[in-house]
Amino acid sequence: MHIPDGYLGPTTCGFFYVVMAPIWAVASKVVKKTLKAKQVPLLAIGAAFSFVIMMFNVPIPGGTTGHAVGGVLVAILLGPWAACIAITVALVVQALLFGDGGITAIGANCFNMAFVLPFAGYYIYRFISYNSPVNSNRRVIAAGIAGYIALNIAAGLTGFEFGIQPMLHKTALGQALYCPYGLNAALPAMLGEHMLIFGWVEAIVTALVVKYLQKQDPGLLEEGRM
Amino acid sequence: MKTVTKFWIGIAVLIILSPLGLIMPEHFKAGAAWGEWGADEMVSLVGYIPNGLEKLSGLWSAPLPDYAFKGWEEKGLPDLSLAYIISAIVGIGITVLAVFLIGKMLTKKDN
Repeated sequence: MHIPDGYLGPTTCGFFYVVMAPIWAVASKVVKKTLKAKQVPLLAIGAAFSFVIMMFNVPIPGGTTGHAVGGVLVAILLGPWAACIAITVALVVQALLFGDGGITAIGANCFNMAFVLPFAGYYIYRFISYNSPVNSNRRVIAAGIAGYIALNIAAGLTGFEFGIQPMLHKTALGQALYCPYGLNAALPAMLGEHMLIFGWVEAIVTALVVKYLQKQDPGLLEEGRM
Repeated sequence: MKTVTKFWIGIAVLIILSPLGLIMPEHFKAGAAWGEWGADEMVSLVGYIPNGLEKLSGLWSAPLPDYAFKGWEEKGLPDLSLAYIISAIVGIGITVLAVFLIGKMLTKKDN
């Protein structure tokens, strides 16, 4: 889901940097207000977790690969704004150091994976687990469903961003300038593979860790801390 | 043991296991992620390299491209797995450091 340099035209790249700038500003403001000094290690762990889980490329035999983001879990534990900051740091390091995701696409990649994904996941989790006890099974199921849906929303968005490129940028001869696949190919490809395989990875990881924390440290699952 | 300590151990275990993210795709003959093709793959998929894509794709030269060392493209899986683990340690180290710095800045309440 890391869009490389060259797949999105300048309009799309610029647009998402402009969209992300105020989101990053608000995230800093909210986190400054709510984050306690003793929660900083947890935020660092969240970023580290997201970083490493994205390195686990899962294959579709004979096809493509994909991975989970881990962002829904970070959002459940620290809130969506803190998750936004943690995942942004992971994505920026991945782009600059490892060329995983383009530097022109940092805005778009952060919008998909560091903003939409944790927010969608957080609110789906909150909605399904509403008023349920911290140690209930409903929490575990809510975490799994939130992980699955949020990763697919992010994948669908990525497919949409790929897919609008041929409409935006074409040579006089009709050749694509950036991503050559339109919505009819990009959207079903990105959504299909994530619904089939990678979404389940995010679902299982998120649900298992929530289940583990119910036993190990249920206080981390209490709401209203951030 | 504190939960945070257990989390750090969990991250360390994941780092050691991370080469699975390299070995599994190789084993099941899976190619690049959708929309993350290199130049050769692009040519075989659509027959040409889009002009703008070609220009922008070389924009940034990452020091550890694809979580490996430069010039290691032809190395075998054991070497690449080692490079993958080292990349994870370096990348996560920098990420953690950056978050601690940001966290320190953000938790400094101005009076």
